[in-house]
Amino acid sequence: MTLKLGVPSKGRLMEKTFEWFDRRGVRLSRTGSDREYSGAVEGVDDMALVLLSAGEIPRELAAGRIHLGVTGTDLVHEKLPLWEQLVEELAPMGFGQADLVLAVPRFWADVDTLDDLDAAASGFRARHGLRLRIATKYHRLVREFLTDGGVADYALVDSQGATEGTVKNETAEAIADITSTGETLRANHLKILSDGLILRSQATLWRSRTAPASEAETAALQALKSLCF
Amino acid sequence: MPSRSDILARAAMLRARFEAAGAIVVETPILQPAEALLDLYGEDIRARAYVTSDALRGEQMLRPDFTVPVVLMHMADGAEPARYTYSGEVFRRQEHDPDRASEYIQVGYELFDRTDPAAADAEVYALIRDAVADLPLRSATGDMGILLAAVKGLRISDRRRNALMRHIWRPRRFRFLLDRFAGRSPVPPTRAALIAEDNPIEAGVPEIGLRSRAEVEDRIRALRADATEPPLSESELSALEALLSVQETVPYALEHLRDIAVDLPHITPALDRLERRADALAQRGIAVDGLDFEASYGRTSMEYYDGFVFGFYAERRPGLPPVASGGRYDALTRHLGGGAAIPAVGAVLRPGLMLELEGTGP
Repeated sequence: MTLKLGVPSKGRLMEKTFEWFDRRGVRLSRTGSDREYSGAVEGVDDMALVLLSAGEIPRELAAGRIHLGVTGTDLVHEKLPLWEQLVEELAPMGFGQADLVLAVPRFWADVDTLDDLDAAASGFRARHGLRLRIATKYHRLVREFLTDGGVADYALVDSQGATEGTVKNETAEAIADITSTGETLRANHLKILSDGLILRSQATLWRSRTAPASEAETAALQALKSLCF
Repeated sequence: MPSRSDILARAAMLRARFEAAGAIVVETPILQPAEALLDLYGEDIRARAYVTSDALRGEQMLRPDFTVPVVLMHMADGAEPARYTYSGEVFRRQEHDPDRASEYIQVGYELFDRTDPAAADAEVYALIRDAVADLPLRSATGDMGILLAAVKGLRISDRRRNALMRHIWRPRRFRFLLDRFAGRSPVPPTRAALIAEDNPIEAGVPEIGLRSRAEVEDRIRALRADATEPPLSESELSALEALLSVQETVPYALEHLRDIAVDLPHITPALDRLERRADALAQRGIAVDGLDFEASYGRTSMEYYDGFVFGFYAERRPGLPPVASGGRYDALTRHLGGGAAIPAVGAVLRPGLMLELEGTGP
């Protein structure tokens, strides 16, 4: 059997991952046509590359179907309750930095902290008869953050994309989303709460704690570790 | 671990016991409309209940408790007074502790009665106590009504009072607000700047979303008014802190709380209720002199108990959830009844935990 490494199948995250391993003497590459999701590994014996959607990598690691995986901290924390028991963080990789933040319309001069947001939610519910809606795709992380911050009278609404536009479209009053520069937030007339940083995320190499490992796979992991760290 | 058939057999025995006490057996659907529960508990319920949906009925929840559907049923067509009993599965999402069950059998007893709340409290408590009498359990009791009365009586603005009332079931947030209202924590610099600013709403920024400029201005006015409000008095604050830390047997707790009522006179009617309840419990043969009372008990449970609260815990298994718990929820019936209300008190038992503690069959 081989040590399976899951890597995002597309875009900059894949390229940056290939570069990161390349600098450490492990050559990852896609094989076959551009559209075929298969890959090759050179530099470590008994190791295989599995190309996956970044969003599926946490689940595959938790299920033990891959031994190693590259994906963002945000996705692991969101998708895997008790993630510490399922995966081990081997190395932050220094790219794909993004912050999960809570943002509200910039003209809300009265709202700068979670304390303000809670008060605004209370007033909003009294006036409109509905709980203040926060659009996000990170339901678990946001809910835990708001519970911890003592915010009540809010509702999470699911948004899988273009989340910054939901306020203008009046499907939400606030948002919680990933941002790297804050550019899109500003362009959509939103501001980040001063205590609204939910999570700092970056691309990270994870090891599954549940994947069974044969002798060959353990040896491959040791070889990879000696090259990479 | 006890088998499912043993648990069901024990549940049937407990339900029969409640039936013998005068309760009508009721059933509720496992799938509950999510709206009523979300409205009541807010988004936090999603962390504790399984939510599902279909295109026709929208969001549904797997019954996280029986109380809400039983109250809705009673408010729709119940005669008074009414006693109900039920048994069946409840479902709780577990995201933090894999050892806790996500599905278990509950048996419950709910009493709707306007005439004598003290007697009703004592009836439910005694019935549950008798049902678990053979187990080595510790009983905890409390009364949310005392803290609620204390907050209602504080000499503060309604705005501050409402903020405290809203967070009475979130002890950490409550503490934070209390410290702010007492002037113990500093005003955040951004808020101080906002209050000082003549035109705090930045010019030229689009006013997007459903929350209007008028709402933003309202809140700024409220913040300005709040900034001029004198701090919560030291005597009220220390009395409230003393109240929250009361943890003694019922007679001593009552004595201690009577002293505290010198500074918080509004709690006196709630203390009279506590005293009448203690008498009613004694009449039912409960040894009130040895019964524990904690004034903060019940603040972290699902937020609907607003009077008497109690629980029974396995003394030698501190990690285990309560084997039985219950309390009074008058406000819940008002909330769900859309104005109509009826005083109500109820409790649930977990037959599976009872069998586990006994280590035997039914």
